[in-house]
Amino acid sequence: MRLATRSRLSSGGVLSLPLVWTFLFLFVPYGILFIYSFWEKKFPTFVPAFQFGNYLELIVDPQYVRVLLRTIKIAGLVSLLSLLLAYPYAYFLVHKVTRPGVRLVLYMAVVLPLWVSYLLRAYTWKTILGTQGVLNSFLVSTGILSEPSSVFLYNQTAMVVTLTYVFIPFMVMPIYAALEKIPRNLTEASRDLGMSALQTFVRVTLPLSMPGVIAGFTMTFCLSFGDFIAPFLVGGPDGMMIANVIATQFGAALNWPLGSALALVMLVIVLTIITLSDRLQGVGKGKYA
Amino acid sequence: MTMRVATDAMESRIGRAAAHRRRGAAARRAETWASNAFFYGMVGLVLAFLYIPIAVLIAFSFNSSRSLSWPMTGVSLEWYERLIANEDLLEALWNSLYVAAFATALTLVIGIPAALALDRFEFPGKSLFRKLVLLPIALPGIITGISMLIMFRMIGFNLSLETVILGHATALVSVVVTQVFARLQRLPRSYEEASADLGASGLQTFFLVTLPNIRTAIIGAALLSFTLSFDEIPVTFFLTGRDNTLPMYIWSTLRRGLTPEINAVGALIVVFSIVMITLAVVLTRDKSGRRG
Repeated sequence: MRLATRSRLSSGGVLSLPLVWTFLFLFVPYGILFIYSFWEKKFPTFVPAFQFGNYLELIVDPQYVRVLLRTIKIAGLVSLLSLLLAYPYAYFLVHKVTRPGVRLVLYMAVVLPLWVSYLLRAYTWKTILGTQGVLNSFLVSTGILSEPSSVFLYNQTAMVVTLTYVFIPFMVMPIYAALEKIPRNLTEASRDLGMSALQTFVRVTLPLSMPGVIAGFTMTFCLSFGDFIAPFLVGGPDGMMIANVIATQFGAALNWPLGSALALVMLVIVLTIITLSDRLQGVGKGKYA
Repeated sequence: MTMRVATDAMESRIGRAAAHRRRGAAARRAETWASNAFFYGMVGLVLAFLYIPIAVLIAFSFNSSRSLSWPMTGVSLEWYERLIANEDLLEALWNSLYVAAFATALTLVIGIPAALALDRFEFPGKSLFRKLVLLPIALPGIITGISMLIMFRMIGFNLSLETVILGHATALVSVVVTQVFARLQRLPRSYEEASADLGASGLQTFFLVTLPNIRTAIIGAALLSFTLSFDEIPVTFFLTGRDNTLPMYIWSTLRRGLTPEINAVGALIVVFSIVMITLAVVLTRDKSGRRG
């Protein structure tokens, strides 16, 4: 009895601060964001209301749907490019590198850039791709181009490259973890039974590593989906992403309720992706492990 | 019966595989060569992709001219000298250190009990609590930023570095929770039970048994949290008042165009990051092997 009371007391003590914090700074703000998305903009301020005008505007005005689709496209391309680069890298680390020291160094080589300022990693691509940049100087000096070209910077390709650069560690880490977890005797058995390396990969390793691929895809997609710094630095006039539009509503456009509605749309999309990803990873586990 | 059939089938398969292996030795060598070439190529590509930009960033910080074209015109320390003389930048740096220090302290104070609660206790609303605490990991920072901005405005809070600290702590608690929670899951419960059986109070058990065992996870989480806060933009962007943090200062400079001074800042941040990582690796290495 005394023990039970004491443990309840201590659990109450341990819990109170995180609970209060989570309630005050996560639950309440998200709730307010939700409520705000129904408010009305009445110059120069915003008034409480319950109307769907903001959401209606998001549907009726085609620019919002266009930006949303563009954001999905770019986030999808970033995830895909990251996957194509990260998977062979992680596979090499797990299956081809025999010395643990080398494996650790190569793994850290991917994680390390995460510690270097995100803004500067995005910014450096501006210095590389610009008209006066390293890439142009290189191409001109080798004679591939006769004069510097402006096609590299301020477009969607530049954004995809920059975002891939910034977020690729989030793809390598879960794939590496998934590949490392696959018992080695499964692939050995497949080889012993006469499967080629490629067959073994397609029918054993790849399906078993899918939870890692899904986790990596989810992370890179969600992170690029919400980014507004790369578009600002290397995106051109057709490079605005949804987060830029939200930021504008809270800045120059000064329409917080509309911005809240957009943010809520973003929140719902991200939550849907996370839920789907959890389900898919769950299915994968049930089937293979 | 079925057993024998299965064994026969397996033997014939293994036999075929062996034959296949003998016949295709040359083909197999070619295959191995091609696959090695592919993998070395990919690894080289990824490493070049990751490190050439960082090398470019550092190289240009020593450039003697303002232009950022290759090859560089000469080597100089001019941009570093300007950096030291730039008072706005130094103030921003100081602000960033202030914000990161307090935000990290808060994430630990909230995150460690949260991880303990998630690992050890059952309570109503636990799954909602877990989802909310971990949400900022995948949720774009801009949503945390604007939702807190609206709240602060509603209750009439003025924006300042302190609101930035609250924002960072909220966004980064998830980092501490995931790291500490992962370590707690690996920690045998029997240690704490033994401690309680020997008469230690809950607090004594926590400080004398649990804490020393999760120490390295906490240090790692704190260093990561500090680095992320030091570098944070999306939340800071909406929650800062007149004062700038370092990334916000760089951001506003970039609006006005490129400057090699930023490269110098960048090079210093790279050095700072390497120090932090080394610290993280050294401090989080589990020394006591006897714990198994």
